[in-house]
Amino acid sequence: MPDTALSPAPEARAGFPIEEALCEIVSNDAVNAEYRLMIARAPEAALRARAGQFFHLLCPATEAGQPFLRRPMSIYRIDRARGEIGFLYKVTGKGTRGLATLRPGETLNALGPLGRGFTLPQGTRHVMILGRGVGLATMAPLARLAAESGAAVTAVLSARSPELVMSRAELAAAGARVIEVVDTDGSSAPEEMEPHLTALHDERAFDYIATCGSNRLFRLARGLARSWGITGEIALEQHMGCGLGMCYACVIPVALPGGGEEYRRVCWDGPVFTLEEAMGW
Amino acid sequence: MVSSTAPDLSVRIGSLTLKNPVMPASGTIAEGMTQVIDMGRLGAIVLKTITPDLRQGTLPPRVAEYRDATLFSIGIPSKGPDYLLEHTLPAYAACDAPLIASVSADTAEDFGKLAAYISDPRIAAIEANISCPNLKADGRAFGMDPEATREVIERMVAATRTPVWAKLTPNVGDITVFARVAEEAGAEALIVGNAILGMAVNAETMRPRLGNVMGGLTGPAVKPILLRMVHQCAKAVRIPVIGCGGITCGEDAVEYMLAGATAVQVGTANFIHPHTMTEAVDWIAEYCTRHGLSAAREITGALRPLHAPATAPTETV
Ligand SMILES: Cc1cc2nc3c(=O)[nH]c(=O)nc-3n(C[C@H](O)[C@H](O)[C@H](O)COP(=O)(O)OP(=O)(O)OC[C@H]3O[C@@H](n4cnc5c(N)ncnc54)[C@H](O)[C@@H]3O)c2cc1C
Ligand SMILES: Cc1cc2nc3c(=O)[nH]c(=O)nc-3n(C[C@H](O)[C@H](O)[C@H](O)COP(=O)(O)O)c2cc1C
Ligand code: FES
Repeated sequence: MPDTALSPAPEARAGFPIEEALCEIVSNDAVNAEYRLMIARAPEAALRARAGQFFHLLCPATEAGQPFLRRPMSIYRIDRARGEIGFLYKVTGKGTRGLATLRPGETLNALGPLGRGFTLPQGTRHVMILGRGVGLATMAPLARLAAESGAAVTAVLSARSPELVMSRAELAAAGARVIEVVDTDGSSAPEEMEPHLTALHDERAFDYIATCGSNRLFRLARGLARSWGITGEIALEQHMGCGLGMCYACVIPVALPGGGEEYRRVCWDGPVFTLEEAMGW
Repeated sequence: MVSSTAPDLSVRIGSLTLKNPVMPASGTIAEGMTQVIDMGRLGAIVLKTITPDLRQGTLPPRVAEYRDATLFSIGIPSKGPDYLLEHTLPAYAACDAPLIASVSADTAEDFGKLAAYISDPRIAAIEANISCPNLKADGRAFGMDPEATREVIERMVAATRTPVWAKLTPNVGDITVFARVAEEAGAEALIVGNAILGMAVNAETMRPRLGNVMGGLTGPAVKPILLRMVHQCAKAVRIPVIGCGGITCGEDAVEYMLAGATAVQVGTANFIHPHTMTEAVDWIAEYCTRHGLSAAREITGALRPLHAPATAPTETV
């Protein structure tokens, strides 16, 4: 496994912390029927990416034409030693179909790193990662960040069926204990998960929860965090224009501490928000 | 060494001289851009429109993509004038380029009051965004009514000594009527123009693609329309016209200038290629050199006739 340095990134050098990085594709292969893993050689600025940040990717043209806007993609792997970054993506539409056509040696134009990533509270000892579907891509670097800061990680992966559980190996390699729950046997239902997770907490207390990808998991995570008196964060998605906080297309409502709500930009104020700010969807 | 023959890229917009003709379009850059490009290389930095009150903007989703265009419905999320003065202006203080504010309001009177309120030595000019589709009024805006246009510009000009620029909307029949009205009312320059009102539908879900149903069409697909309007307006008025709509490179900028624009604004392209504006500045310089022009301002209105003037052979025997 790559020797990944995911400790907080070195201070961005004076100048331009965000770059239109031209990355040479190392590999871009299907990992199952729906997901692909793309590894690319990246310049130094891109390698400063941190867990929870994303890149805005220019997607190659397909027979359907050139996707006009860039597409946001979370950083899945950051391997500073090898100078590589990785994205785990689900082929869904025009843009991701274009990404799937990139061959080794070709160039990916990746604007970033962008957004605010995960912030582990000082002294965190046990992290719970609760993720589902492609959202898990966002979680893999978090597991490394936690492991490197000396915290234990329990990752609970939820999926429709066992074949679709993503990131199992990546999270295990990061040192996480991996627990899988699936729809096919009912184990992913929140009512089933809650006592299971509470038992894990009783065994070894969690002090931070990170989640993404599912409204049900978000509500479960927020409920548990509240009852255990710990903090947590969630990575959110929204359709984007610029990815740079300029167009205000990517807003979502967040709850304000004093009551009321306000729009925030997923690309600039997020994509990671606290469980208390996030409103579910 | 800079060669003595390096072209002079400076342009005059009313009482201002800009070091080159390239600037962002209002609402398409924010502080984030300073982390990607050297904004000091631009002719000016145009800031997002603000309103006197605090506004959240429209319901998401706010963007729909087309082949060569986007449809955005953002509304004008505004943190108000104090935020502009206390936070936005300082964020660009290190950039060596004049800052242009942009204002909008519910009444002509409030346009004037807001212009007075933000008159500040750090602001070199104020754009009147009379063109932003007022989606609540079924997409109608001040800029769709010549008298409302006149009143907004007159009130702003009366309220401030800062130069006022009028940003026209393309969602009108004869845009030259509005160009003349804005000139008479005291605008020092025109921006031609804002987004074209449009709509996007998802056939599969049978729903609109934007939370707000309607939005503004921008990007390369709109360029021929705005280029035509710039050409018409430049012939109708004496004040400088700033071309805006679908510019993605220096060549697009030069096309606008040939059609009569003195300067240009780049919008949607900033979202896809953040280096568009700085590369356009370089391209214009290279174009001048290639065409033996000593100054970029010589490009303005230099469009040549496609056919030689009709010297019809009427005197043939
Ligand atoms: C911060 C962030 C991180 C992401 N990380 C990943 C990741 O690691 N792996 C992954 O597979 N996907 C990720 N996504 C979702 C990914 O961006 C979309 O699946 C992708 O944009 C779809 O593009 P498309 O052209 O293939 O699909 P289409 O459905 O054709 O896209 C049409 C338009 O809708 C937008 N869009 C569609 N779905 C989404 C979505 N879920 N979120 C935001 N915009 C969307 C597209 O960007 C595009 O503008 C992330 C989204 C965000 C906001
Ligand atoms: C996301 C977005 C936000 C915009 N916000 C404003 C605004 O606040 N004020 C304004 O006058 N124009 C606004 N515009 C219009 C642009 O300034 C410009 O007129 C338009 O996008 C056409 O240029 P383009 O085709 O280069 O994008 C906005 C456009 C976009 C795409
Ligand atoms: S995508 Fe433009 S502000 Fe977030």
